[in-house]
Amino acid sequence: MKFLLRRSIFYVITAWAAVTINFIIPRLLPGDPVAAIIAKNQGKIPAEAAESLRILFGLDDSLSLWDQYVQYWKLLFQGDLGLSFTFFPTPVADVVAQGLPWTIGLVGISTIIAFTIGTLVGTAIGWRRGTWADSLLPITTFFSTVPYFWLGLIVVAIFSVNLGWFPSSGSYDRGLVPAFDWPFISSVIYYGTLPALTIVLSSISGWILGMRNMMVTVSSEDYVTVAHAKGLSARAVMFGYAARNAVLPQISSFALSLGFIVGGTLIMEMIFSYQGIGYTLYQAVSTHDYPLMQGCFLVITLSVLAANIIADFVYAVLDPRTRQEG
Amino acid sequence: MTVDANLVTEADELARQSQAPKTGFFSTPKRRAAGKPPRLLFLRSSKALWGIGILAFFTLIAIIGPWIAPYDPDAPSQALLQPPSWEHWVGTDHLGRDILSQLIVGTRYVLLVGFVAGIAATVLGIIVGVTSGYLGGAGDETLSALANIFLVIPQLPLIIIIAGQLPAAGGLTVALVIAVTGWAWGARVLRAQTLSLRRRDFVEAARANGERSHRIILFEILPNLTAIIASGFVGTVTFAVLSQITLAFIGVTPVSDWNWGTVLFWAQNNLALQRGAWWWFVPAGLCIALLGMALTLINFGIDEFVNPRLRSTSANARSLKRRRIVPRIGFTPVVRTAHPAAPRTRKEPTA
Amino acid sequence: MTSTDTAGAGAPAPAGALVADPVLDIRGLSVDYGFDANPTHVLRDVSLSLGRGEVLGLAGESGCGKSTLAYAATRLLPPPGLITGGEVWFTGRDGRREDVLAMTDARLRQSRWQDTAIVFQGAMNSLNPVFRVGRQIVDGIFAHRPKWSKAQATERAAELFEMVGIAPDRLRSYPHQLSGGMRQRVMIAMALALEPQVLIMDEPTTALDVVMQRQIVEQIAELRDRLGFSVIFITHDVSLLIEIADRIAIMYAGEIVEQGPAQELYRRPRHPYTKGLLSSFPPLRGPKTELAGIPGAPPDLSNPPAGCRFAARCPHALGRCQAVEPELGPTAVPGDATARRVACHLHDGAQPVPLELALTR
Ligand SMILES: Nc1ncnc2c1ncn2[C@@H]1O[C@H](COP(=O)(O)OP(=O)(O)OP(=O)(O)O)[C@@H](O)[C@H]1O
Ligand SMILES: [Mg+2]
Repeated sequence: MKFLLRRSIFYVITAWAAVTINFIIPRLLPGDPVAAIIAKNQGKIPAEAAESLRILFGLDDSLSLWDQYVQYWKLLFQGDLGLSFTFFPTPVADVVAQGLPWTIGLVGISTIIAFTIGTLVGTAIGWRRGTWADSLLPITTFFSTVPYFWLGLIVVAIFSVNLGWFPSSGSYDRGLVPAFDWPFISSVIYYGTLPALTIVLSSISGWILGMRNMMVTVSSEDYVTVAHAKGLSARAVMFGYAARNAVLPQISSFALSLGFIVGGTLIMEMIFSYQGIGYTLYQAVSTHDYPLMQGCFLVITLSVLAANIIADFVYAVLDPRTRQEG
Repeated sequence: MTVDANLVTEADELARQSQAPKTGFFSTPKRRAAGKPPRLLFLRSSKALWGIGILAFFTLIAIIGPWIAPYDPDAPSQALLQPPSWEHWVGTDHLGRDILSQLIVGTRYVLLVGFVAGIAATVLGIIVGVTSGYLGGAGDETLSALANIFLVIPQLPLIIIIAGQLPAAGGLTVALVIAVTGWAWGARVLRAQTLSLRRRDFVEAARANGERSHRIILFEILPNLTAIIASGFVGTVTFAVLSQITLAFIGVTPVSDWNWGTVLFWAQNNLALQRGAWWWFVPAGLCIALLGMALTLINFGIDEFVNPRLRSTSANARSLKRRRIVPRIGFTPVVRTAHPAAPRTRKEPTA
Repeated sequence: MTSTDTAGAGAPAPAGALVADPVLDIRGLSVDYGFDANPTHVLRDVSLSLGRGEVLGLAGESGCGKSTLAYAATRLLPPPGLITGGEVWFTGRDGRREDVLAMTDARLRQSRWQDTAIVFQGAMNSLNPVFRVGRQIVDGIFAHRPKWSKAQATERAAELFEMVGIAPDRLRSYPHQLSGGMRQRVMIAMALALEPQVLIMDEPTTALDVVMQRQIVEQIAELRDRLGFSVIFITHDVSLLIEIADRIAIMYAGEIVEQGPAQELYRRPRHPYTKGLLSSFPPLRGPKTELAGIPGAPPDLSNPPAGCRFAARCPHALGRCQAVEPELGPTAVPGDATARRVACHLHDGAQPVPLELALTR
């Protein structure tokens, strides 16, 4: 349990750091774009909301930095992230809350699919090393080096513009009313296929390469030789001994690169105008909606943290050494 | 992309083993065989050579780009949205501007930002990683927690909100923002390696001789970290290239600075996809992929140097096949073909 | 001159002169490291027989190819190891004879652990860190006894644990929760799970302290007497061997240079290398350094010298030692047991054997 305790402390610190970064950035950067916007919208913004924005962006020079910081935390605990300018006068928290499920659904599911398939393929390639399977590596490498969004463009060009199989943007048929019924769900799946495919295509290669390398490394461990010496079936040795151990660093690597992957996949949402956090962030950036930008960043970071905690938990379940008492 | 993270854990794994891996390109001065000049051993890897070749090509373009570009990348012409032709090898955009010239001119920006960010992040990573690994104790705890925090926080959104709030996010600014957010990977690997180096004989010996810490770090530890530093550097450059192109693509950085992402920005905003103007977005992406591939190949070369177990046997795959050898763990191949050296000198026929 | 390497292709030859009823008969085994154009010839034409119920000790300096021999004979040598010739005949209790090197993968899998089990050098990494040790014993049992019930297999595992002196509730421990000595015992228990006929133990005690070493060696001897399997016991420490081994084979630079009954070989070595090895007990723990009793170091196997490989370090080297390689043959000391073999020109009868290598009492 010591492992989980240590990790929990780390996550608390990281969450605090993320909030603090969010607090510092607007205060550190030159200029006060938000002040200008508030001034421009004089009268339209309710007094209370304007006050929130002032706290969030440090416009009150009368307060000490510490007081600003305390007030900032108070606002956060109330779930107040300010008002969005783009979706005026919707609060940022609401805009973000609308996008989050879509992102978690799309990015979460496709990342898990990519991780699972990639790890399996990597297992096979690493196991059969020195055979034809190695020739898959150059292709894999290519896919791991192209930017996510470019692959998205290509996929849209092929499957949507040329073949017309899938819609090129949106997240469900606008003619439908969101409900928990089959027409709506199938529409969500239909619209989500292309973005998901792109995310899988572009992130899978990293998992394949990583798992392959770990398999090669683990396969020469003594316990794998012992497993062979025991006359276990090829499958038992491959999965129970080699892959079972190789997947551990793969999972910690998953936790580490989540931030990176999520960053890349958010851009996918922009390509497909998929109504998640990434697309919201994109809209916020292009309309200079600073409160929304900040809110998106905070929520993205906290989600990644949550995913990290899950990955850590899985790791602890899979590796008995982390469960050691004391 | 994720390859870097794997390298992180891999180096951790290796550092845990008793025989620590080779992580310097040069053997330590004291261990080097007398008279032999230090050789960049990893250059023997054909992957690394390919990578360096491609990178050299792009570097050349970056230097001489503005002189060899056939057109001014900003100059509009009558040839609107033309597919590739003899006049315009890669076609033109919606204003009749030559896309090849945009790509060639944009190379400089891409590489410059990539390398500046790479160097800055590597320096940061070395400072944090080596100090924390060497110091140990509370200082180490703090510094590595800092690095881990930066690892967990998604970098791209962070870069976007920083760059998005800057009044003018020019190339250098972008490079520095990328460096500030992207140093942690390198630091983590370097810390793990420094930790294992610190316990090794020659460092212990130097410490026992009362050598100053900074001398030990400079002359004993850093030379042994060259491979990892290089691989961290290459990884960061890859990350920087992708990040800045993404920033340009979503329009956070000024669209007047040409880089490959800017080309894609214009393509995306003018519906190149829907108009079927593949020449507008395919070549730029291929350039990114090629550069990324080059960097990844270089890193593979370094990886194989650091971890010999990864060295591919595919180089002699054909000869193995010819000799019917299937290299497998657990089932040693038996090949009974008489070896030239096999016949053994028999005892002299006794008189 | 009788020779053990009657490399009669395929056809099982009658039992060799050295061992009446060999359970494992290694003939002319050659092993290379490296798949490329110039591999290192680590083993050259090594022949060795293991009698039924016998404990055969295999000793030699570090790097002389002891592990390589054991792994090659079981085809467990990792890449870039390559077996380039030879046969390994296994004879079952029912008289079935099979060449391990000619088996198909499926047959080899079936035969492993049932016929020949191995305890590996360095038990620290021999256990899968993510499975409980009990499970690791049980899965080996199930691989060969698919019809057994789970309870039956677990019961067997508990029995094995008791046999090697570990409390059966340790079956539910993970490897990291066990001490080095316990892990070593777990490996031994695991190896005995299917009552194999041959047990190969590669330095099973090197990582342990002296007390533990003795304990384990005594335990192996006792188990052998009870269960009647044959053992190849590999070690640096010849003094340990005479306690347990019936016969000893000495290896040097990838070749067997002398073999014979344990006590005889120990009291009256015939090869100058054996002599040197015996007069210098290597440290039980710590780095494997060059043995004090023999000046110089073993040759680099990637570039071995011509003639006798020991010639450069041999105090009795003759002129032809540098040029002609000696072959394993009978000793030239009258009254030696017929089972003694030595590969040394001093014993070819052309000159008297130096006194210290010709002790008779
Ligand atoms: N992968 C390899 N490539 C080339 N040579 C190798 C390789 N692995 C082992 N060798 C060589 O094979 C020889 C025999 O090694 P082996 O492990 O069998 O020795 P050993 O007698 O078991 O030594 P120890 O007592 O230290 O266990 C050594 O000289 C070693 O240098
Ligand atoms: Mg050995």
